[in-house]
Amino acid sequence: MRPDSPAALPGLDPAWSRSVTVADDTGAEHCWHVLDNGVPDPVGTLLCVHGNPTWSYLWRRLVAAAPPGWRVVAPDHLGMGFSDRLPGPRSLRQRVTDLGDLTAALGVTGPVVTVGHDWGGVISLGWALEHREQLRGVVLANTAVAMPEGDLGPALIRLAHAPGVRSAVTVGTPVFVRATTALSRPALPADVRDAFAAPYRSAARRRAVGDFVADIPFSPGHPSRPVQEAIAEGIRTLDVPALLLWGPRDPVFGERYLTDLRSRLPRARLHRYESASHLLPEDAPQYADAVVRWVADLDAGHDPAAARPAPPGGARRRLWSALDERSDDDTPAVVEVGGATVTWSGLARRVADLAAGLASSGVRPGHRVALLVEPSADLTAAVYAVWRAGAVVVVADKGLGFAGMRRALRSAGVDAVVGSATGLAAARLMGLPGSRIAAGRVPAAALRALGAPSTLEDLETLGRTAPAPAAPPVDADCAVLFTSGATGPAKGVVYTHRQAAAQLELVRAAYGLTGTDRLVAAFAPFAILGPALGIGSAVPDVDVTAPGSLTAAALADAAAAVDATVVFASPAALRRVAATAPDLAGDQRAALARIRLLMSAGAPVPAALLRSLREVLPAADAHTPYGMTEVLPVTDVSLAGIEAAGDGEGVCVGPPLPGVDVRVSPLSPDGTADGPLTDRAGVVGEVCVRAAHVKDRYDALWALERTTSRDPGWHRTGDVGHLDAEGRLWVEGRLPHVVTTAAGPVTPVGVEQRVEQLPGVSAAAAVGVGPAGTQVVVVVVVADGTDPARSGRAGRLRLAGTDLADAVRAVAGVDVAAVLLAGRLPVDVRHQSKVDRGEVARRAARVLAGRS
Amino acid sequence: MRVLVTGASGMLGRATAEALLARGDEVTVLQRRPAGLPCREELGDVADPDVVRRAARGQDAVLHLAAKVDVTGPWAEYAAANVTGTRTVVDACRAEGVGRLVHVSSPSVAHAGTALTGVGAGPADPASARGPYSRSKAVAELDALAADSAGLAVLAVRPHLVWGPGDTQLVARIVERARAGRLPVIGSGAALVDTTYVDNAAAALVAAVDACGPVHGEALVVSNGEPRPVAEVLTRLCRAAGVRGPRGRVPSRAAFLAGALVDGVWAATGRRTVPPLTRFLAEQLATAHWFDQRRTRAALGWRPHVALEEGFARLAAWYAAAGPRPAAR
Repeated sequence: MRPDSPAALPGLDPAWSRSVTVADDTGAEHCWHVLDNGVPDPVGTLLCVHGNPTWSYLWRRLVAAAPPGWRVVAPDHLGMGFSDRLPGPRSLRQRVTDLGDLTAALGVTGPVVTVGHDWGGVISLGWALEHREQLRGVVLANTAVAMPEGDLGPALIRLAHAPGVRSAVTVGTPVFVRATTALSRPALPADVRDAFAAPYRSAARRRAVGDFVADIPFSPGHPSRPVQEAIAEGIRTLDVPALLLWGPRDPVFGERYLTDLRSRLPRARLHRYESASHLLPEDAPQYADAVVRWVADLDAGHDPAAARPAPPGGARRRLWSALDERSDDDTPAVVEVGGATVTWSGLARRVADLAAGLASSGVRPGHRVALLVEPSADLTAAVYAVWRAGAVVVVADKGLGFAGMRRALRSAGVDAVVGSATGLAAARLMGLPGSRIAAGRVPAAALRALGAPSTLEDLETLGRTAPAPAAPPVDADCAVLFTSGATGPAKGVVYTHRQAAAQLELVRAAYGLTGTDRLVAAFAPFAILGPALGIGSAVPDVDVTAPGSLTAAALADAAAAVDATVVFASPAALRRVAATAPDLAGDQRAALARIRLLMSAGAPVPAALLRSLREVLPAADAHTPYGMTEVLPVTDVSLAGIEAAGDGEGVCVGPPLPGVDVRVSPLSPDGTADGPLTDRAGVVGEVCVRAAHVKDRYDALWALERTTSRDPGWHRTGDVGHLDAEGRLWVEGRLPHVVTTAAGPVTPVGVEQRVEQLPGVSAAAAVGVGPAGTQVVVVVVVADGTDPARSGRAGRLRLAGTDLADAVRAVAGVDVAAVLLAGRLPVDVRHQSKVDRGEVARRAARVLAGRS
Repeated sequence: MRVLVTGASGMLGRATAEALLARGDEVTVLQRRPAGLPCREELGDVADPDVVRRAARGQDAVLHLAAKVDVTGPWAEYAAANVTGTRTVVDACRAEGVGRLVHVSSPSVAHAGTALTGVGAGPADPASARGPYSRSKAVAELDALAADSAGLAVLAVRPHLVWGPGDTQLVARIVERARAGRLPVIGSGAALVDTTYVDNAAAALVAAVDACGPVHGEALVVSNGEPRPVAEVLTRLCRAAGVRGPRGRVPSRAAFLAGALVDGVWAATGRRTVPPLTRFLAEQLATAHWFDQRRTRAALGWRPHVALEEGFARLAAWYAAAGPRPAAR
């Protein structure tokens, strides 16, 4: 081994290191250090190009994970890593040529997938453009090919670029080398940071680090500028697949660089690793699996969409069809209790004008429009107008919290924001890109302050004389919605018009909704769907994003306002309705007595809650659809159905709705759901759904999309359960909450239900403690009459007495290692009703490790 | 099969010898005092080469349990019984051409005091093992496994906290303390601890004698695979003995400190009585130690047949039959 080769470093196999001597175009010979897995006669080659100031060590996980039959080659640039040091600076042009000389010397013949990070991105793309005949794909991670217009370059790099600073920071001291590996949160292990610094121990060995920075063409007169610009323009002509992997917490390459890359590679797949910073391969080690999957798919032709069932009856109806059909109807379409009433004819006109106004003010088909407007007639009009104009609504509800909304909306890459004064102020704080449109009455001064040149009203006026935009194709995107974010960052979910229309058609058919029904929607996402369902709707005079604020009286007033026949509300809202029922006046009771159908979703709805509503809604047939942001509804069950099903393992959510297929992917002993899909009764596995109204894809989460649709046509829900002999689905928990004991997987919900039936127990969570595959079951119990305010530190767990432990073990049905008591169980922020079992498990593990 | 069992006068040694006899094996036992078992018996010190060679002659397998098990006392005594004793047994196996040696060890040989949650059998480490017993057993296990070779298959088995009727170590001491009102809960009492009912441990050792050969050169932890919070284990043991369970609570840090102090005092004064608390015991009672049993069960083809609950019932029955003050030491 050469003296300047890497010694034993974490994760690096010394067998990968090789030295290659290559003559450059001046005839000078240089020795390169290259990581090479050395696969002979490869299917293809991954050419991995690092940036500055890292080295090929960055790609060690990809070398280790190599796709079957693929060679992985990761060189250190000349002057960098463990390659030869150079007598002088090396230009971008020269580095692209160098890389070509190296691949020729290595016998790389193609097909080649280039992989580039940081400034290695530009160099890898330069190589790609000069080797099109070998090129099979390009992968880019946190890089830039151009300075977006008006950008002065990444601030941190610019600082390092200032002549006096540069030599001091990049060469004279190891500050730049060390700072690059200090960006990660949580911090990288010290031995990994040392490994990155290993080839840059002296100023002499760091010279090229400074030269690299100097070669970044910030100014138009820079000698490397034309080369960089040629590459930036050239990649627009690439016709190979592209994969973008992005760490949004990068202080060097921010969102604008991603936007710029996407504009140049519009068909690229994108996966954002929300917690990752600049050194994406370090912060999101799972990137290697994603690249391997993507490369394997290149020739396999994985196309989940091909297996998607067609919606029953095609997609004849559009989301705005009812508006067209009822454009002469002067009955109420949307009633804001305590506010405006909009008739069908009024809404149809408003939507048509607003759509034309949006189009003529620059909202193009496919543009994404964030809606930061409280549920209201304005919101309803805006949603339908955006759809009609061919744009895509982006909806993130306040339940995500400010930080969660910010992350969600930034990930969606919005082109415009429609917001109330509060919404626009929030958009500014979030730093959302795009133009601004104000909803409601906002004073002119405030408009200027919020950066909104116009209001919805202005656009309506504009639209009256503007041409109507063409209706968007049925397979165009129509909405980006976000999951609850109960476990990790909220995920964006994209629907097309076809899928949304199929969903509405299914709801209409399943619940027998006709034009004579009227809906009270006390559940945020459904507050805007009345017009699409073709039924009049009322929005109660409460904050529908705060489910606990709906009283029985507010519900009754909304019902009276439209003479409602149908109510849709979350379980949390219904709990409050039941609790406030004694306050109802006689006429309010009469309005509620006319409700024929009650629907509740968003979290498991206990039968007891539905029963308790019989007094308030005596004529209502209580139904709870089961589903999730990605596909809703999947199944449906009525109160009578729940009672008929009786007790079982998990929650009975009823049989699949017509046109919906449900199967499970059985669990293996380590708790992964990798068994072949089956509908055999009693088999426990991950619930998988096939239907015309399943989401189109996750947004900017290619790897997740690929994993959850790995059975073509099927969506993996992340829920675990089984089908019974009558074809009913029972949900037993979330896949990550499955306890993997040595005796096999244990699902939590059944255990919890049995424990919750014990006298004196008000709630229970069953979680796993210990390493996967040999976990033990721990039950955390909240005792009746526990006062959360008086139970000390809210989540503090303590050991239950032996009598309670005996009682729990007697009913649990599985071996329970420990029974703990809690003042209350942690729940998710959005629904305030889903127990955060992951957090319970972490706390239980701490207590049960001892020493407290 | 002809099997030599060393240390058959202890609870586990006796139960294992009985289990081997019950299935028709030809058993020889070796220990200092007569064990009263219906089989051939050699009396003597396990560190005495002549005695051990005589006992090992003609055996198919040796099951080596003899050890000094205690929490105090000078290192030399542990080294003689546990280290020299094991070397003597290994040498005798080689000299007499015995093909299998099952060396009975302890999970404490790989326990440096931190919580062990669902781990496998880590390598024995004399440097970090706590207390003279664990340290000497760690050295002994390394010696025994180092002798694993083509001619002699060696398997190390580490039963974890063995208890049952007639136990003079764990159960008797806990009950004694509880009866005297000197059994506090250390820390929260929630630390998950796995234990082994004696009949299960004996069955595992019998299975190890059979498996030794195809399975060799490794250490396997044996337990019931039913970890429980330590306060619950203590309470149930006390209930079975008809005494009140642990009373009061000592913060774990104070207990460690007290244990370390006691260790020092007992070592400095050369006292031979059982101290109220040692650091080793404090750690055992305050930190989780439970184990991944998958490898053990697969390797030995064994599963515990007496569940914890059944074990506690059998212990209670034994105490009830034996009277309020059984098993005087």
